Amino acid sequence: MKMTPKLATLLVLGALVLLAPFLFPSNFYYRVGSLIFVNAIAVTGIVILTGYAGQISLGHAGFAGIGAYACALAPAHFGIHPALAVVLGAAISGLLAWLVGRPILRLKGYYLGVATLGLGILISMMLNNERQLTRGPDGIDVPELGMRALLKGWGLDLTNGQFWYYFCGLCMILGAWLALNLHDSPSGRALRALHGSEIAARTVGVDVARMKLQAFVISAVYASVSGSLLALQNKFITPDVAGFMHSIEMVTMAVLGGVGSVLGAIFGAAILTLLPQVLTIFAEYEQLVLGLVMMLVMIFLREGLLPSILRKLRRKGE
Amino acid sequence: MTASRDDRTTLLSVEGLGISFGGLKAVNDVSFAVKPGEIVSVIGPNGAGKTTLFNMISGVYQPGAGRISLNGEEVTGMEPHLLARRGMSRTFQNLQIFQSMTVLENAISGFHLQERGSVLADLLGLPASRRRAGAAEEGARKLLARVRLEEEADREAGNLSYGSLKRLEIARAMASQPKILLLDEPAAGCNAVETEEIDHLIAEIAASGVAILLVEHDMKMVMRISNHIVVLDHGEKIAEGDPATVSRDPAVIAAYLGAEARTGGDHA
Ligand SMILES: Nc1ncnc2c1ncn2[C@@H]1O[C@H](COP(=O)(O)OP(=O)(O)OP(=O)(O)O)[C@@H](O)[C@H]1O
Ligand SMILES: [Mg+2]
Repeated sequence: MKMTPKLATLLVLGALVLLAPFLFPSNFYYRVGSLIFVNAIAVTGIVILTGYAGQISLGHAGFAGIGAYACALAPAHFGIHPALAVVLGAAISGLLAWLVGRPILRLKGYYLGVATLGLGILISMMLNNERQLTRGPDGIDVPELGMRALLKGWGLDLTNGQFWYYFCGLCMILGAWLALNLHDSPSGRALRALHGSEIAARTVGVDVARMKLQAFVISAVYASVSGSLLALQNKFITPDVAGFMHSIEMVTMAVLGGVGSVLGAIFGAAILTLLPQVLTIFAEYEQLVLGLVMMLVMIFLREGLLPSILRKLRRKGE
Repeated sequence: MTASRDDRTTLLSVEGLGISFGGLKAVNDVSFAVKPGEIVSVIGPNGAGKTTLFNMISGVYQPGAGRISLNGEEVTGMEPHLLARRGMSRTFQNLQIFQSMTVLENAISGFHLQERGSVLADLLGLPASRRRAGAAEEGARKLLARVRLEEEADREAGNLSYGSLKRLEIARAMASQPKILLLDEPAAGCNAVETEEIDHLIAEIAASGVAILLVEHDMKMVMRISNHIVVLDHGEKIAEGDPATVSRDPAVIAAYLGAEARTGGDHA
Protein backbone atom coordinates (compact mmCIF):
# COMPACT_ATOMS: atom_id res chain seq x y z
CA MET A 1 0.00 0.00 0.00
CA LYS A 2 1.28 3.46 -0.85
CA MET A 3 2.12 5.75 2.06
CA THR A 4 -0.31 8.58 1.52
CA PRO A 5 -0.64 11.50 3.95
CA LYS A 6 -4.00 10.01 4.91
CA LEU A 7 -2.51 6.66 5.83
CA ALA A 8 0.39 8.34 7.63
CA THR A 9 -1.99 10.44 9.73
CA LEU A 10 -4.11 7.44 10.67
CA LEU A 11 -1.04 5.37 11.57
CA VAL A 12 0.39 8.15 13.73
CA LEU A 13 -2.93 8.58 15.54
CA GLY A 14 -3.35 4.83 16.01
CA ALA A 15 0.18 4.45 17.34
CA LEU A 16 -0.24 7.37 19.73
CA VAL A 17 -3.50 6.04 21.14
CA LEU A 18 -2.04 2.58 21.67
CA LEU A 19 1.42 3.55 22.92
CA ALA A 20 0.67 6.57 25.13
CA PRO A 21 -0.66 4.44 28.05
CA PHE A 22 2.82 2.91 28.48
CA LEU A 23 4.02 6.38 29.49
CA PHE A 24 1.13 7.22 31.82
CA PRO A 25 2.41 8.08 35.33
CA SER A 26 -1.02 7.21 36.77
CA ASN A 27 -4.45 5.97 35.76
CA PHE A 28 -5.65 9.57 35.88
CA TYR A 29 -4.07 10.05 32.46
CA TYR A 30 -6.56 7.70 30.81
CA ARG A 31 -9.09 10.34 31.72
CA VAL A 32 -6.92 13.16 30.31
CA GLY A 33 -6.43 11.15 27.12
CA SER A 34 -10.12 10.60 26.60
CA LEU A 35 -10.76 14.32 27.12
CA ILE A 36 -8.16 15.06 24.44
CA PHE A 37 -9.91 12.68 22.06
CA VAL A 38 -13.33 14.19 22.73
CA ASN A 39 -11.99 17.66 21.97
CA ALA A 40 -10.13 16.33 18.95
CA ILE A 41 -13.42 15.11 17.47
CA ALA A 42 -15.01 18.56 17.70
CA VAL A 43 -11.84 20.14 16.35
CA THR A 44 -11.80 17.77 13.37
CA GLY A 45 -15.21 19.21 12.51
CA ILE A 46 -13.71 22.70 12.71
CA VAL A 47 -10.99 21.58 10.28
CA ILE A 48 -13.68 20.68 7.75
CA LEU A 49 -15.60 23.93 8.24
CA THR A 50 -12.72 26.38 8.67
CA GLY A 51 -9.67 24.60 7.30
CA TYR A 52 -11.28 23.18 4.19
CA ALA A 53 -14.17 25.55 3.48
CA GLY A 54 -12.79 28.72 5.07
CA GLN A 55 -15.96 29.43 7.06
CA ILE A 56 -15.89 30.51 10.70
CA SER A 57 -18.23 29.43 13.46
CA LEU A 58 -18.20 31.04 16.90
CA GLY A 59 -20.97 28.89 18.30
CA HIS A 60 -20.07 25.28 17.69
CA ALA A 61 -20.30 24.50 21.39
CA GLY A 62 -24.05 24.91 20.93
CA PHE A 63 -24.05 21.71 18.89
CA ALA A 64 -21.91 20.01 21.53
CA GLY A 65 -24.58 21.07 24.01
CA ILE A 66 -27.31 19.48 21.90
CA GLY A 67 -25.32 16.26 21.65
CA ALA A 68 -24.64 16.23 25.38
CA TYR A 69 -28.19 16.97 26.52
CA ALA A 70 -29.63 14.50 24.00
CA CYS A 71 -27.78 11.81 25.98
CA ALA A 72 -29.09 13.18 29.27
CA LEU A 73 -32.70 13.75 28.24
CA ALA A 74 -33.67 11.33 25.49
CA PRO A 75 -33.09 8.12 27.49
CA ALA A 76 -35.04 9.56 30.44
CA HIS A 77 -37.95 10.98 28.44
CA PHE A 78 -38.27 8.67 25.44
CA GLY A 79 -36.70 5.58 26.99
CA ILE A 80 -34.22 5.18 24.13
CA HIS A 81 -30.76 3.69 24.56
CA PRO A 82 -27.99 6.25 25.21
CA ALA A 83 -26.17 5.08 22.06
CA LEU A 84 -29.26 5.93 20.05
CA ALA A 85 -29.41 9.29 21.84
CA VAL A 86 -25.99 10.09 20.36
CA VAL A 87 -27.47 9.55 16.90
CA LEU A 88 -30.57 11.56 17.77
CA GLY A 89 -28.44 14.46 19.04
CA ALA A 90 -26.34 14.37 15.88
CA ALA A 91 -29.47 14.40 13.74
CA ILE A 92 -30.94 17.37 15.61
CA SER A 93 -27.63 19.25 15.43
CA GLY A 94 -27.31 18.55 11.71
CA LEU A 95 -30.87 19.63 11.06
CA LEU A 96 -30.46 22.82 13.09
CA ALA A 97 -27.21 23.63 11.29
CA TRP A 98 -29.00 23.11 7.99
CA LEU A 99 -31.90 25.38 8.98
CA VAL A 100 -29.65 28.14 10.30
CA GLY A 101 -27.00 27.79 7.62
CA ARG A 102 -29.28 27.70 4.60
CA PRO A 103 -30.29 31.36 4.54
CA ILE A 104 -26.96 32.64 5.87
CA LEU A 105 -24.53 30.79 3.64
CA ARG A 106 -26.13 32.28 0.56
CA LEU A 107 -24.71 35.61 1.70
CA LYS A 108 -21.08 36.50 1.22
CA GLY A 109 -18.86 37.53 4.07
CA TYR A 110 -18.64 36.74 7.76
CA TYR A 111 -22.34 36.40 8.52
CA LEU A 112 -21.90 32.78 9.58
CA GLY A 113 -19.60 33.81 12.42
CA VAL A 114 -22.12 36.32 13.72
CA ALA A 115 -25.10 34.02 13.32
CA THR A 116 -23.41 31.06 15.00
CA LEU A 117 -22.33 33.31 17.83
CA GLY A 118 -26.01 34.12 18.38
CA LEU A 119 -27.08 30.51 17.99
CA GLY A 120 -24.49 29.30 20.52
CA ILE A 121 -25.61 31.89 23.07
CA LEU A 122 -29.25 30.98 22.49
CA ILE A 123 -28.67 27.27 23.05
CA SER A 124 -26.57 27.95 26.13
CA MET A 125 -29.29 30.23 27.54
CA MET A 126 -31.99 27.64 26.92
CA LEU A 127 -29.99 24.95 28.70
CA ASN A 128 -29.48 27.30 31.65
CA ASN A 129 -33.04 28.58 31.85
CA GLU A 130 -35.28 25.64 31.01
CA ARG A 131 -34.82 24.30 34.53
CA GLN A 132 -37.76 21.95 34.41
CA LEU A 133 -36.23 20.08 31.52
CA THR A 134 -32.48 20.55 31.96
CA ARG A 135 -32.24 21.30 35.72
CA GLY A 136 -30.44 24.52 34.77
CA PRO A 137 -26.86 25.54 35.61
CA ASP A 138 -26.44 22.81 38.26
CA GLY A 139 -26.29 20.17 35.56
CA ILE A 140 -27.99 16.86 35.05
CA ASP A 141 -27.15 13.16 35.32
CA VAL A 142 -26.45 11.16 32.19
CA PRO A 143 -27.15 7.41 32.03
CA GLU A 144 -24.48 4.76 31.64
CA LEU A 145 -23.68 3.82 28.04
CA GLY A 146 -23.43 0.17 29.10
CA MET A 147 -20.83 -0.82 26.59
CA ARG A 148 -18.16 -1.55 29.19
CA ALA A 149 -20.40 -4.21 30.73
CA LEU A 150 -20.97 -5.63 27.26
CA LEU A 151 -17.23 -5.85 26.63
CA LYS A 152 -16.74 -7.48 30.01
CA GLY A 153 -19.24 -10.12 28.95
CA TRP A 154 -16.98 -10.77 25.96
CA GLY A 155 -13.99 -11.19 28.23
CA LEU A 156 -12.49 -7.70 27.81
CA ASP A 157 -12.32 -6.25 31.30
CA LEU A 158 -11.41 -2.55 31.21
CA THR A 159 -11.51 0.02 33.98
CA ASN A 160 -13.89 2.91 33.39
CA GLY A 161 -10.97 5.19 32.53
CA GLN A 162 -9.47 2.66 30.14
CA PHE A 163 -12.76 2.02 28.40
CA TRP A 164 -13.40 5.68 27.67
CA TYR A 165 -9.81 6.22 26.64
CA TYR A 166 -9.88 3.51 23.97
CA PHE A 167 -13.47 4.12 22.91
CA CYS A 168 -13.01 7.87 22.40
CA GLY A 169 -9.63 7.19 20.76
CA LEU A 170 -11.36 4.91 18.29
CA CYS A 171 -14.07 7.50 17.61
CA MET A 172 -11.42 10.18 17.07
CA ILE A 173 -9.59 8.00 14.54
CA LEU A 174 -12.87 7.25 12.79
CA GLY A 175 -13.63 10.98 12.64
CA ALA A 176 -10.15 11.69 11.29
CA TRP A 177 -10.58 8.96 8.68
CA LEU A 178 -13.83 10.54 7.44
CA ALA A 179 -12.30 14.02 7.33
CA LEU A 180 -9.25 12.73 5.45
CA ASN A 181 -11.44 10.87 2.95
CA LEU A 182 -13.31 14.10 2.39
CA HIS A 183 -10.12 16.11 1.90
CA ASP A 184 -9.11 14.40 -1.33
CA SER A 185 -12.60 13.65 -2.57
CA PRO A 186 -14.56 15.70 -5.12
CA SER A 187 -16.57 17.39 -2.34
CA GLY A 188 -13.47 18.19 -0.30
CA ARG A 189 -11.74 19.59 -3.34
CA ALA A 190 -14.75 21.78 -4.05
CA LEU A 191 -14.67 23.06 -0.45
CA ARG A 192 -10.99 23.87 -0.63
CA ALA A 193 -11.53 25.45 -4.03
CA LEU A 194 -14.20 27.85 -2.80
CA HIS A 195 -11.91 28.65 0.13
CA GLY A 196 -9.12 29.54 -2.32
CA SER A 197 -11.23 31.58 -4.73
CA GLU A 198 -14.96 31.66 -4.43
CA ILE A 199 -15.43 33.22 -7.84
CA ALA A 200 -13.22 30.67 -9.60
CA ALA A 201 -14.99 27.83 -7.78
CA ARG A 202 -18.34 29.11 -8.98
CA THR A 203 -17.18 29.33 -12.57
CA VAL A 204 -16.01 25.70 -12.57
CA GLY A 205 -19.52 24.76 -11.48
CA VAL A 206 -19.31 24.56 -7.68
CA ASP A 207 -22.62 25.38 -6.03
CA VAL A 208 -20.89 27.41 -3.37
CA ALA A 209 -23.88 27.93 -1.04
CA ARG A 210 -24.69 24.22 -1.07
CA MET A 211 -21.12 23.10 -0.45
CA LYS A 212 -20.68 25.52 2.45
CA LEU A 213 -23.93 24.28 3.94
CA GLN A 214 -22.75 20.68 3.72
CA ALA A 215 -19.50 21.55 5.48
CA PHE A 216 -21.42 23.39 8.21
CA VAL A 217 -23.80 20.49 8.79
CA ILE A 218 -20.98 17.93 8.89
CA SER A 219 -18.98 20.00 11.36
CA ALA A 220 -22.08 20.45 13.55
CA VAL A 221 -22.45 16.66 13.69
CA TYR A 222 -18.81 16.31 14.78
CA ALA A 223 -19.40 18.83 17.60
CA SER A 224 -22.57 17.06 18.63
CA VAL A 225 -20.89 13.64 18.86
CA SER A 226 -18.07 15.22 20.84
CA GLY A 227 -20.61 16.66 23.30
CA SER A 228 -22.38 13.30 23.57
CA LEU A 229 -19.15 11.45 24.36
CA LEU A 230 -18.24 14.03 27.00
CA ALA A 231 -21.63 13.67 28.67
CA LEU A 232 -21.58 9.88 28.57
CA GLN A 233 -18.11 9.51 30.05
CA ASN A 234 -18.73 12.10 32.77
CA LYS A 235 -22.23 10.67 33.42
CA PHE A 236 -23.09 14.26 34.21
CA ILE A 237 -23.31 17.44 32.18
CA THR A 238 -23.74 21.17 32.79
CA PRO A 239 -24.69 23.94 30.32
CA ASP A 240 -21.02 24.97 30.23
CA VAL A 241 -20.57 22.43 27.44
CA ALA A 242 -22.56 24.80 25.20
CA GLY A 243 -20.90 27.97 26.51
CA PHE A 244 -19.12 30.59 24.47
CA MET A 245 -15.77 29.69 26.04
CA HIS A 246 -16.09 26.15 24.75
CA SER A 247 -16.72 27.46 21.21
CA ILE A 248 -13.63 29.61 21.43
CA GLU A 249 -11.62 26.69 22.80
CA MET A 250 -12.52 24.60 19.75
CA VAL A 251 -11.45 27.28 17.30
CA THR A 252 -8.24 28.05 19.24
CA MET A 253 -7.24 24.38 19.38
CA ALA A 254 -7.73 24.06 15.62
CA VAL A 255 -5.91 27.29 14.81
CA LEU A 256 -3.03 26.53 17.20
CA GLY A 257 -2.33 23.10 15.74
CA GLY A 258 -3.08 24.03 12.14
CA VAL A 259 -6.64 24.36 10.95
CA GLY A 260 -5.89 23.04 7.48
CA SER A 261 -4.52 19.74 8.74
CA VAL A 262 -6.41 17.05 10.65
CA LEU A 263 -3.31 15.85 12.47
CA GLY A 264 -2.28 19.41 13.27
CA ALA A 265 -5.65 20.35 14.71
CA ILE A 266 -5.70 17.20 16.85
CA PHE A 267 -2.22 18.15 18.08
CA GLY A 268 -3.64 21.57 19.03
CA ALA A 269 -6.48 19.88 20.89
CA ALA A 270 -3.98 17.74 22.77
CA ILE A 271 -1.87 20.70 23.88
CA LEU A 272 -4.73 22.87 25.04
CA THR A 273 -6.47 19.98 26.80
CA LEU A 274 -3.29 18.82 28.50
CA LEU A 275 -2.07 22.22 29.72
CA PRO A 276 -4.83 22.95 32.26
CA GLN A 277 -4.54 19.37 33.59
CA VAL A 278 -0.83 19.63 34.29
CA LEU A 279 -0.58 23.35 35.08
CA THR A 280 -3.33 24.36 37.49
CA ILE A 281 -2.35 27.99 36.95
CA PHE A 282 -3.48 27.65 33.35
CA ALA A 283 -7.00 26.73 34.42
CA GLU A 284 -7.32 30.00 36.33
CA TYR A 285 -6.22 32.15 33.46
CA GLU A 286 -7.74 30.07 30.66
CA GLN A 287 -9.39 32.98 28.87
CA LEU A 288 -6.21 35.01 28.98
CA VAL A 289 -4.11 32.12 27.69
CA LEU A 290 -6.56 31.30 24.88
CA GLY A 291 -6.53 34.89 23.71
CA LEU A 292 -2.76 35.04 23.88
CA VAL A 293 -2.33 31.76 22.01
CA MET A 294 -4.70 32.95 19.28
CA MET A 295 -2.80 36.23 18.86
CA LEU A 296 0.64 34.64 18.84
CA VAL A 297 -0.37 32.00 16.30
CA MET A 298 -1.89 34.63 14.04
CA ILE A 299 1.26 36.73 14.21
CA PHE A 300 4.01 34.07 14.09
CA LEU A 301 2.54 30.80 12.85
CA ARG A 302 -0.24 31.55 10.42
CA GLU A 303 -0.48 27.91 9.31
CA GLY A 304 -0.52 26.59 12.88
CA LEU A 305 2.05 24.78 14.98
CA LEU A 306 2.32 21.39 13.30
CA PRO A 307 2.43 22.53 9.64
CA SER A 308 5.03 25.17 10.57
CA ILE A 309 7.20 22.62 12.35
CA LEU A 310 6.90 20.14 9.46
CA ARG A 311 7.87 22.83 6.99
CA LYS A 312 10.93 23.72 9.05
CA LEU A 313 11.97 20.07 9.24
CA ARG A 314 11.49 19.61 5.50
CA ARG A 315 13.65 22.67 4.81
CA LYS A 316 16.39 21.24 7.04
CA GLY A 317 16.16 17.91 5.25
CA GLU A 318 16.72 19.50 1.85
CA MET B 1 -34.99 32.03 -43.74
CA THR B 2 -31.35 33.05 -43.53
CA ALA B 3 -32.03 34.82 -40.24
CA SER B 4 -33.49 31.71 -38.63
CA ARG B 5 -30.51 29.62 -39.72
CA ASP B 6 -28.20 32.18 -38.17
CA ASP B 7 -30.21 32.00 -34.98
CA ARG B 8 -29.68 28.29 -34.79
CA THR B 9 -25.93 28.49 -35.19
CA THR B 10 -25.50 31.33 -32.72
CA LEU B 11 -24.09 30.00 -29.48
CA LEU B 12 -23.92 33.13 -27.39
CA SER B 13 -25.88 36.26 -28.05
CA VAL B 14 -25.68 39.48 -26.10
CA GLU B 15 -28.29 42.16 -26.67
CA GLY B 16 -28.27 45.71 -25.30
CA LEU B 17 -26.19 44.69 -22.28
CA GLY B 18 -25.44 47.42 -19.75
CA ILE B 19 -24.44 48.03 -16.13
CA SER B 20 -23.66 51.11 -14.03
CA PHE B 21 -21.52 51.53 -10.95
CA GLY B 22 -22.75 54.59 -9.11
CA GLY B 23 -23.02 57.16 -11.87
CA LEU B 24 -20.52 55.43 -14.17
CA LYS B 25 -21.95 53.50 -17.11
CA ALA B 26 -19.24 50.85 -17.23
CA VAL B 27 -20.97 49.01 -20.08
CA ASN B 28 -23.76 50.51 -22.15
CA ASP B 29 -26.01 48.90 -24.77
CA VAL B 30 -23.53 46.34 -26.07
CA SER B 31 -24.71 43.66 -28.52
CA PHE B 32 -22.88 40.93 -30.43
CA ALA B 33 -23.02 37.22 -31.14
CA VAL B 34 -20.60 34.28 -31.05
CA LYS B 35 -20.88 31.08 -33.11
CA PRO B 36 -19.39 27.66 -32.32
CA GLY B 37 -15.69 27.36 -33.14
CA GLU B 38 -15.38 31.09 -33.65
CA ILE B 39 -12.82 33.35 -31.98
CA VAL B 40 -14.41 36.67 -31.12
CA SER B 41 -12.19 39.27 -29.51
CA VAL B 42 -13.30 42.19 -27.38
CA ILE B 43 -10.76 45.00 -27.47
CA GLY B 44 -10.60 48.53 -26.17
CA PRO B 45 -8.46 50.83 -24.03
CA ASN B 46 -7.96 50.29 -20.29
CA GLY B 47 -11.19 50.80 -18.40
CA ALA B 48 -13.30 50.36 -21.53
CA GLY B 49 -15.51 47.81 -19.77
CA LYS B 50 -14.19 44.52 -21.19
CA THR B 51 -13.81 42.69 -17.90
CA THR B 52 -17.12 44.07 -16.70
CA LEU B 53 -18.74 42.69 -19.85
CA PHE B 54 -17.17 39.27 -19.12
CA ASN B 55 -18.40 39.44 -15.55
CA MET B 56 -21.96 40.00 -16.72
CA ILE B 57 -21.84 37.25 -19.33
CA SER B 58 -20.38 34.76 -16.84
CA GLY B 59 -22.94 35.59 -14.15
CA VAL B 60 -20.55 37.26 -11.71
CA TYR B 61 -22.40 40.60 -12.09
CA GLN B 62 -26.13 41.04 -12.60
CA PRO B 63 -26.61 43.11 -15.76
CA GLY B 64 -28.51 46.36 -15.29
CA ALA B 65 -30.01 46.11 -18.76
CA GLY B 66 -30.18 43.78 -21.74
CA ARG B 67 -30.25 40.05 -22.21
CA ILE B 68 -27.84 37.18 -22.72
CA SER B 69 -28.73 33.89 -24.34
CA LEU B 70 -26.70 30.75 -24.53
CA ASN B 71 -27.64 28.02 -26.99
CA GLY B 72 -31.05 29.62 -27.50
CA GLU B 73 -31.83 29.75 -23.76
CA GLU B 74 -32.06 33.06 -21.94
CA VAL B 75 -29.46 33.05 -19.17
CA THR B 76 -29.37 36.71 -18.13
CA GLY B 77 -28.22 37.02 -14.51
CA MET B 78 -27.92 33.27 -14.07
CA GLU B 79 -25.45 32.13 -11.40
CA PRO B 80 -21.98 31.12 -12.63
CA HIS B 81 -22.28 27.50 -11.49
CA LEU B 82 -25.48 27.08 -13.49
CA LEU B 83 -23.84 28.65 -16.53
CA ALA B 84 -20.98 26.21 -16.11
CA ARG B 85 -23.48 23.35 -16.43
CA ARG B 86 -24.69 24.91 -19.67
CA GLY B 87 -21.20 24.93 -21.14
CA MET B 88 -19.67 28.27 -20.18
CA SER B 89 -16.20 28.54 -18.73
CA ARG B 90 -13.75 31.38 -18.17
CA THR B 91 -10.37 32.58 -16.97
CA PHE B 92 -9.57 35.75 -15.07
CA GLN B 93 -7.49 38.82 -15.79
CA ASN B 94 -6.32 38.92 -12.17
CA LEU B 95 -5.48 35.25 -11.65
CA GLN B 96 -7.95 33.26 -9.60
CA ILE B 97 -5.87 30.20 -8.81
CA PHE B 98 -6.51 27.93 -5.83
CA GLN B 99 -3.17 28.93 -4.33
CA SER B 100 -2.76 26.37 -1.59
CA MET B 101 -3.68 23.44 -3.81
CA THR B 102 -1.25 21.62 -6.04
CA VAL B 103 -1.19 22.29 -9.76
CA LEU B 104 -2.83 18.91 -10.32
CA GLU B 105 -5.59 19.64 -7.82
CA ASN B 106 -6.28 22.96 -9.53
CA ALA B 107 -6.73 21.15 -12.81
CA ILE B 108 -8.88 18.44 -11.20
CA SER B 109 -11.10 21.16 -9.74
CA GLY B 110 -12.04 22.06 -13.28
CA PHE B 111 -13.68 18.64 -13.53
CA HIS B 112 -16.02 19.43 -10.66
CA LEU B 113 -19.19 18.92 -12.69
CA GLN B 114 -18.05 15.50 -13.86
CA GLU B 115 -16.58 14.30 -10.56
CA ARG B 116 -19.11 15.61 -8.03
CA GLY B 117 -21.37 13.15 -6.24
CA SER B 118 -22.87 12.43 -2.85
CA VAL B 119 -20.94 13.98 0.01
CA LEU B 120 -21.66 10.86 2.07
CA ALA B 121 -19.87 8.67 -0.47
CA ASP B 122 -16.99 11.15 -0.34
CA LEU B 123 -16.80 11.06 3.48
CA LEU B 124 -16.80 7.27 3.52
CA GLY B 125 -14.31 7.07 0.66
CA LEU B 126 -16.61 4.67 -1.18
CA PRO B 127 -15.32 3.12 -4.41
CA ALA B 128 -17.78 5.24 -6.42
CA SER B 129 -16.25 8.40 -4.97
CA ARG B 130 -12.71 7.23 -5.67
CA ARG B 131 -13.65 6.23 -9.20
CA ARG B 132 -15.03 9.71 -9.90
CA ALA B 133 -11.93 11.35 -8.46
CA GLY B 134 -9.66 8.96 -10.35
CA ALA B 135 -11.29 9.72 -13.68
CA ALA B 136 -10.99 13.44 -13.01
CA GLU B 137 -7.31 13.05 -12.13
CA GLU B 138 -6.65 11.19 -15.36
CA GLY B 139 -8.36 13.93 -17.38
CA ALA B 140 -6.49 16.61 -15.44
CA ARG B 141 -3.11 15.04 -16.18
CA LYS B 142 -3.92 15.00 -19.89
CA LEU B 143 -4.89 18.66 -19.77
CA LEU B 144 -1.72 19.56 -17.88
CA ALA B 145 0.31 17.82 -20.57
CA ARG B 146 -1.54 19.87 -23.15
CA VAL B 147 -0.49 23.14 -21.50
CA ARG B 148 2.97 21.71 -20.71
CA LEU B 149 2.58 21.72 -16.94
CA GLU B 150 2.72 17.96 -16.35
CA GLU B 151 6.16 18.29 -14.72
CA GLU B 152 4.76 20.76 -12.20
CA ALA B 153 1.73 18.62 -11.29
CA ASP B 154 2.66 18.09 -7.64
CA ARG B 155 3.94 21.58 -6.90
CA GLU B 156 1.90 23.99 -4.85
CA ALA B 157 0.23 26.28 -7.39
CA GLY B 158 1.18 29.44 -5.50
CA ASN B 159 4.86 28.79 -6.31
CA LEU B 160 4.46 28.77 -10.10
CA SER B 161 5.54 31.54 -12.47
CA TYR B 162 2.94 33.95 -13.79
CA GLY B 163 2.99 32.53 -17.29
CA SER B 164 2.52 28.99 -15.97
CA LEU B 165 -0.44 30.09 -13.86
CA LYS B 166 -2.06 31.67 -16.92
CA ARG B 167 -1.82 28.30 -18.70
CA LEU B 168 -3.06 26.49 -15.60
CA GLU B 169 -6.18 28.67 -15.60
CA ILE B 170 -6.82 27.77 -19.22
CA ALA B 171 -6.38 24.08 -18.45
CA ARG B 172 -8.79 24.34 -15.52
CA ALA B 173 -11.32 26.17 -17.67
CA MET B 174 -11.01 23.55 -20.41
CA ALA B 175 -11.70 20.69 -18.00
CA SER B 176 -15.45 21.17 -18.03
CA GLN B 177 -15.43 20.68 -21.81
CA PRO B 178 -17.08 24.04 -22.37
CA LYS B 179 -18.98 25.08 -25.46
CA ILE B 180 -17.75 28.62 -24.97
CA LEU B 181 -14.59 29.77 -23.24
CA LEU B 182 -14.11 33.36 -22.05
CA LEU B 183 -10.43 34.33 -21.80
CA ASP B 184 -9.63 37.63 -20.10
CA GLU B 185 -6.12 38.69 -21.16
CA PRO B 186 -4.59 35.19 -21.25
CA ALA B 187 -1.25 36.50 -22.56
CA ALA B 188 -0.88 39.49 -20.24
CA GLY B 189 2.46 39.43 -18.45
CA CYS B 190 3.74 36.55 -20.58
CA ASN B 191 6.97 36.69 -22.59
CA ALA B 192 7.06 36.27 -26.37
CA VAL B 193 7.50 32.50 -26.24
CA GLU B 194 4.68 32.03 -23.72
CA THR B 195 2.44 34.34 -25.74
CA GLU B 196 2.99 32.29 -28.84
CA GLU B 197 2.20 29.11 -26.92
CA ILE B 198 -1.05 30.58 -25.68
CA ASP B 199 -1.81 31.79 -29.18
CA HIS B 200 -1.45 28.23 -30.54
CA LEU B 201 -3.44 26.79 -27.67
CA ILE B 202 -6.37 29.13 -28.33
CA ALA B 203 -6.40 28.34 -32.03
CA GLU B 204 -6.30 24.63 -31.22
CA ILE B 205 -9.21 24.91 -28.80
CA ALA B 206 -11.28 26.85 -31.32
CA ALA B 207 -10.45 24.29 -34.02
CA SER B 208 -11.99 21.61 -31.78
CA GLY B 209 -15.33 23.47 -32.06
CA VAL B 210 -15.24 25.51 -28.85
CA ALA B 211 -16.26 29.15 -29.23
CA ILE B 212 -13.75 31.61 -27.78
CA LEU B 213 -14.52 35.06 -26.46
CA LEU B 214 -11.18 36.76 -25.97
CA VAL B 215 -10.04 39.96 -24.29
CA GLU B 216 -6.45 40.72 -25.14
CA HIS B 217 -4.23 43.79 -25.41
CA ASP B 218 -1.66 42.09 -27.65
CA MET B 219 -2.94 43.46 -30.96
CA LYS B 220 -0.72 41.26 -33.12
CA MET B 221 -2.22 38.21 -31.52
CA VAL B 222 -5.77 39.57 -31.74
CA MET B 223 -5.44 40.45 -35.42
CA ARG B 224 -3.88 37.07 -36.20
CA ILE B 225 -6.37 34.72 -34.54
CA SER B 226 -9.72 36.53 -34.37
CA ASN B 227 -12.62 35.79 -36.72
CA HIS B 228 -14.49 38.78 -35.44
CA ILE B 229 -13.63 41.77 -33.26
CA VAL B 230 -15.84 43.92 -31.03
CA VAL B 231 -14.36 47.26 -29.99
CA LEU B 232 -15.41 48.95 -26.74
CA ASP B 233 -14.60 52.45 -25.56
CA HIS B 234 -16.03 54.03 -22.42
CA GLY B 235 -18.45 51.11 -22.13
CA GLU B 236 -19.91 51.54 -25.61
CA LYS B 237 -19.42 49.42 -28.68
CA ILE B 238 -17.76 51.73 -31.21
CA ALA B 239 -17.03 49.21 -33.95
CA GLU B 240 -17.24 45.55 -34.88
CA GLY B 241 -16.17 43.41 -37.81
CA ASP B 242 -13.34 41.27 -39.14
CA PRO B 243 -9.76 42.21 -38.16
CA ALA B 244 -9.00 44.08 -41.40
CA THR B 245 -12.13 46.21 -41.22
CA VAL B 246 -11.74 47.03 -37.54
CA SER B 247 -8.08 47.99 -37.80
CA ARG B 248 -8.95 50.51 -40.51
CA ASP B 249 -11.93 51.96 -38.66
CA PRO B 250 -11.33 55.66 -37.90
CA ALA B 251 -13.32 55.52 -34.65
CA VAL B 252 -11.14 52.66 -33.42
CA ILE B 253 -7.94 54.43 -34.37
CA ALA B 254 -9.16 57.58 -32.65
CA ALA B 255 -10.09 55.68 -29.48
CA TYR B 256 -6.70 54.01 -29.29
CA LEU B 257 -4.78 57.19 -30.11
CA GLY B 258 -6.86 59.06 -27.55
CA ALA B 259 -6.21 56.39 -24.96
CA GLU B 260 -2.50 56.44 -25.74
CA ALA B 261 -2.43 60.19 -25.28
CA ARG B 262 -4.21 59.71 -21.92
CA THR B 263 -2.11 56.83 -20.55
CA GLY B 264 1.17 57.43 -22.33
CA GLY B 265 0.58 54.35 -24.44
CA ASP B 266 1.31 51.57 -22.00
CA HIS B 267 -0.03 49.03 -24.44
CA ALA B 268 0.00 48.77 -28.18
N1 LIG C 1 -17.16 46.40 -9.19
C1 LIG C 1 -16.96 47.63 -9.68
N2 LIG C 1 -17.36 48.70 -8.97
C2 LIG C 1 -17.17 49.96 -9.44
N3 LIG C 1 -16.62 50.23 -10.61
C3 LIG C 1 -16.20 49.21 -11.38
C4 LIG C 1 -16.34 47.86 -10.96
N4 LIG C 1 -15.84 47.06 -11.91
C5 LIG C 1 -15.40 47.87 -12.89
N5 LIG C 1 -15.61 49.16 -12.57
C6 LIG C 1 -15.28 50.31 -13.43
O1 LIG C 1 -15.83 50.05 -14.69
C7 LIG C 1 -14.95 50.51 -15.71
C8 LIG C 1 -14.60 49.37 -16.63
O2 LIG C 1 -13.71 48.51 -15.97
P1 LIG C 1 -13.21 47.14 -16.60
O3 LIG C 1 -12.40 46.46 -15.56
O4 LIG C 1 -14.37 46.41 -17.15
O5 LIG C 1 -12.28 47.64 -17.78
P2 LIG C 1 -11.40 46.80 -18.77
O6 LIG C 1 -11.84 47.15 -20.13
O7 LIG C 1 -11.40 45.38 -18.42
O8 LIG C 1 -9.97 47.43 -18.50
P3 LIG C 1 -8.50 46.76 -18.54
O9 LIG C 1 -8.07 46.73 -19.96
O10 LIG C 1 -7.68 47.69 -17.73
O11 LIG C 1 -8.63 45.41 -17.92
C9 LIG C 1 -13.74 51.10 -15.01
O12 LIG C 1 -13.91 52.50 -14.94
C10 LIG C 1 -13.78 50.49 -13.64
O13 LIG C 1 -13.22 51.35 -12.69
MG1 LIG D 1 -10.05 44.03 -17.78
